Amino acid sequence: MPTRTLTPGAGVVDRALVIDPGQRIPGRAAGFPLRREGPAKLTGVAKYTDDLVFPGAWYGITIRSAEARARLIAIEPDPDFDWSKVVIATAADIPGDNVVASIKDDQPVLVPIGGEIRHHAEPVALLAAPDRETLRQLKGRIKLVTEPLPPVFDPEQSDHVFAHYDVRAGDLALGFAGADLIVEGTYRVGHQEQLYIENNAMIAVPGEDGGIVIHGSLQCPYYVHTALKRALRLSSVQARVIQEETGGGFGGKEEYPSMIALHASLLALKARRPVRMIYDRHEDISATTKRHPAIVRHRTGVTKDGVLVAQDIEVVMDGGAYCTLTPVVLSRGVLHAGGPYRCPNVRLRGRATRTNTPPNGAFRGFGAPQTEFAAEMQLNRIAERLQISPAELRRRNVYRLNDTTPTGQVLKESVAGEEVLEQALGASHFERIRERTAREAAERRGAGIVPPGPLRSHDRRTANGIGLALAWHGAGFTGSGEVYLASVASVELTADGRLRVLTANTEMGQGTRTVFPQMVANELGVPVDWVEYAPQDTAVVLDSGPTVASRTVMVVGGLVILAARRLKAEVEARHPAVPFHEAFRDDARANGATRIDQKFEPYPGVEFDDATYTGDAYPAFGWAAAVASVEVDLDTAEVFVRDVIAVDDVGKVIHPVLCEGQVEGGTLQAVGYATIEEMKLRDGKYLNDRLATYLIPTALDAPHIRAILVEAPFSGAPHGAKGVGELPMDVAAPAVVAAIHDATGVWIHELPATPERILAAMHDPGLVGVMERPA
Amino acid sequence: MPAEPPIDTPRHLFEAYERLAAGPTRPIAGGTDVMVAITGELGPIPDRMLDLSRIDALRGISLEEGSLVLGARTTYTEIRRSALCREHLPALVEAAATIGAAQIQNRGTLGGNIANASPAGDTLPILLAADATILVGGQRGEREVAASDFFVSYRRTALAPDELILHVRVPLPRGRELRFRKVGTRRAQAISKVVMALAWEDFGSTGWTNVRVALGSVAATPIRAHATEAVLEGAHPTPEVADRAAETLAGELRPIDDVRSTADYRRAVSARILHRLLRDAGGW
Amino acid sequence: MSAYRFLVNGAPAQVDVPGMRRLLDVLREDLGLTGTKEGCGEGECGACSVLLDGQVVDACLVPVCQVEGRIVRTVEGLSLAARERGALDTLQEAFLDHGAAQCGICTPGMLMAARAYLDAGGGPDDEAIREAIAGNLCRCTGYTKIVDAIAAVASPAE
Repeated sequence: MPTRTLTPGAGVVDRALVIDPGQRIPGRAAGFPLRREGPAKLTGVAKYTDDLVFPGAWYGITIRSAEARARLIAIEPDPDFDWSKVVIATAADIPGDNVVASIKDDQPVLVPIGGEIRHHAEPVALLAAPDRETLRQLKGRIKLVTEPLPPVFDPEQSDHVFAHYDVRAGDLALGFAGADLIVEGTYRVGHQEQLYIENNAMIAVPGEDGGIVIHGSLQCPYYVHTALKRALRLSSVQARVIQEETGGGFGGKEEYPSMIALHASLLALKARRPVRMIYDRHEDISATTKRHPAIVRHRTGVTKDGVLVAQDIEVVMDGGAYCTLTPVVLSRGVLHAGGPYRCPNVRLRGRATRTNTPPNGAFRGFGAPQTEFAAEMQLNRIAERLQISPAELRRRNVYRLNDTTPTGQVLKESVAGEEVLEQALGASHFERIRERTAREAAERRGAGIVPPGPLRSHDRRTANGIGLALAWHGAGFTGSGEVYLASVASVELTADGRLRVLTANTEMGQGTRTVFPQMVANELGVPVDWVEYAPQDTAVVLDSGPTVASRTVMVVGGLVILAARRLKAEVEARHPAVPFHEAFRDDARANGATRIDQKFEPYPGVEFDDATYTGDAYPAFGWAAAVASVEVDLDTAEVFVRDVIAVDDVGKVIHPVLCEGQVEGGTLQAVGYATIEEMKLRDGKYLNDRLATYLIPTALDAPHIRAILVEAPFSGAPHGAKGVGELPMDVAAPAVVAAIHDATGVWIHELPATPERILAAMHDPGLVGVMERPA
Repeated sequence: MPAEPPIDTPRHLFEAYERLAAGPTRPIAGGTDVMVAITGELGPIPDRMLDLSRIDALRGISLEEGSLVLGARTTYTEIRRSALCREHLPALVEAAATIGAAQIQNRGTLGGNIANASPAGDTLPILLAADATILVGGQRGEREVAASDFFVSYRRTALAPDELILHVRVPLPRGRELRFRKVGTRRAQAISKVVMALAWEDFGSTGWTNVRVALGSVAATPIRAHATEAVLEGAHPTPEVADRAAETLAGELRPIDDVRSTADYRRAVSARILHRLLRDAGGW
Repeated sequence: MSAYRFLVNGAPAQVDVPGMRRLLDVLREDLGLTGTKEGCGEGECGACSVLLDGQVVDACLVPVCQVEGRIVRTVEGLSLAARERGALDTLQEAFLDHGAAQCGICTPGMLMAARAYLDAGGGPDDEAIREAIAGNLCRCTGYTKIVDAIAAVASPAE
């Protein structure tokens, strides 16, 4: 493996370390630790929530609204049935506040009588029974008496605003006045379902102390813990949350698990026995959160040389019926809306509004994929208009060291936009392939005895295209988020001489359970097998914050390294001249346990003002480029994404195999977002709420993905890592849509770029939503 | 929470007939459609089931008097692997390969595809285009129904409640060509947006004869496009004929918007893939 | 209710259950073999893939009455010989080495589809492997490392 790297904090950017996929180290996991729970997962021994057996447990289900908006008048169980052997819970059974604790307290655990149903599939009542057959028979026997209210489905028509932002830099009027060309465009993206393969699952076990123990599939144990305390009026000890093996999250198990845990708990408290709440796929898709749909409007001023001089961008996001995490999603979306490009005069406006659709929430990328798709589309339109190569236009505008972002953040280090761009261009032979596809397009136009028309296509059935996109992704929480979180992570030498890492950060496939012990073992100079990873159980670990925002390795990993260093120093101080790995067992015998709790300290020099929305919006940014190659069937406008080169700067690669896994998986989710993943709604209800109708890519649909990892370290973190989870999600979709344009000549302004949209655009170029005019 | 209705597992056809005559019962072979129905989310749950998996009379692929005969329980995997199918009806092999993926192909059956009568059933346009007949049987005896008469209305067939599909007979006239094309949302595990089969016989100067254009997913049932067939009957696949056929097809189809695609797309793409098949056949 | 008898991972099993019970539920709930997962319950995701007389099937679509007298193999039986030594079989080992399992919920089904492919003589060809696992959805990996792992077993010469 090449070992060239940037010096953290160095003023001059040399080339970053690049790990090319051709350079795998042979042997087991490329010489890095194997996935710790891998053998358990590969033999079927690993226990996911639905695999757990609790003797005497009942099954619970949720009775949901069938309307998008209505007043709830009454809940009426059918008197012809025997309800004595089951348990029904309603809002009246909630001992504490009827809210699912989140940013705003607007979402009820269950809609109360007299309250307002705000979306289809909203939880209204709960039912538990000893067996599933009883539940199946009773499920349809609870009548909801309602009074319809007029719903709102268009986020631009809604007058209820969850959040809004207005970020300004420079002088917009002056910027446009100096532009040679002004381009306007409107871009839209729809819902996207996280589609973890393990559905949501939660088991609540009543405790002897009147409390509840939750076993569940979840990302953030302490979010669930907070929600339980609030709605069930429990103490911190009475509420206990244990994360079980979790079959994927992608943001989808960040917030909704709190709701399900509360539901299971209400039933368990009332039934006085464990209650299993295991969603089936239909319920999971129809009720849980999705990626926010968005409408993004751009007005951009450029010089004839392609230099950006003014960007006026408006983002409207559809929050769905409740606030959930919408303000933070919108904030990230707005802050990334300009793309990774320098521009002196900028206005970024955003608002997220309420509609009577199921609430939208966290999904890998968290607002950025929506706005960066629009930014990249806009840049491509500008490149086309100026007849500048899309690569060259990006080269001219991409952020460089010491550039300033719209919030006034000076990019003082760890800027690798050019690096990832050049890596992607080089690895894909972008310009050469682009010349070839242009030649092929010209040949198609001139060839054949029958020109294409609405009912026939070209002589040649398929067309190839190549597309490029560039993105940035703010590492960790936005603004002062980490300061408020005040995470604590621990490393412990136990009294019996074991070493273990304690954090609340969950394993859901990305590799937390493998890399945290790896990082600690490296610091302590011990074999990785000697370091244990404590379970994600709120009775065992402190709150190191949620497992979201690509923050696990960057932020919590940093804390874990610092804790390990302190532990090593303490032990070695007690045993002068003896290295830690020889001293620690004796030390435990002599001194008992030593536990270091490492609290987050703000990164030096990173400051953000929440009131004015100025300053360092993120401690650092990750940078990504993608080049996609597609083949489009010109008869049907079906798109096959053949190859994606994905280049991602993650600061520091901790474990190349796991890191590549994140890039490859994120890239395919983005390819799905770009091409086939679409939620269809009618009257606020998802129509395709099954796996037979909401389609994600199969192995045959997946492109060959080449992940190239770049390291431009962040000096604020002890290891230099900036996170990897979300970055690849931002960049592949616009690359695919650019490639579709290269193949077909049409721009698709709305995701997903379905064959229906492409074919319609091929026949009616007037459908495109961009206006161009000379300034 | 799938239901578990009672199920009978007869060993012989006559036992199955007795069960069917005794009252409503839903046959199950590979289960790829029926097992989804027992969740109750997509319609009423059957009261009683009839397991066909032990009845060997429903199996086998053979060549009989110039026809290919496939037992109702023939799986898609068996079709894909059958040397007879590959030689005499490669379009059916092609269609079988597009259905679901290995798990579905190993279980799903030709008889099930016919009985389920989904407008999107991928093998059905081939049966229509190939002038297949479907042999059905029950206590009242056996009868042969032309595939083109079998699909009566949305998910309703000519099969009586007391009858079973026994086998499918596909005539193999000399000189017949048969082409298949499926358009789905993804490259595997996809229910079609448009599926088409085109058959013709070509004996040179007289032009094409016995032309069949059959489609799925563009109407309530799999259909034949008779007006388009008329355009092609007696013609050669020239550019002018292809244009006229594509226009006629677009004019005669009445597809709908649904969760998988749009009426406009289905109409245009049906015409475009027909045009392509004619262009390929014409060699221009 | 009837008694159904069949072999699971080489051992005889007998269950006294309704004939329409899904093989998936019989394995997970009646036999306690929870390695086989449910992802959709309608034959779309492949998480419940098992081998039935050597063929890969979705256990959510198989009524147990159709399993009578047959041979079922699940992820728990994938490495029977190897497991006695506390080890993984070559396919599981390849998945571990290549990083082909992430969240792990699709992994048991993916392994069974791959096993059926390899047992049928499948080679290292990329497209053929992808077709063999096209009935098994994975949301974590992008499939790259899964295909690599299967190819490595199909061609151990690498």
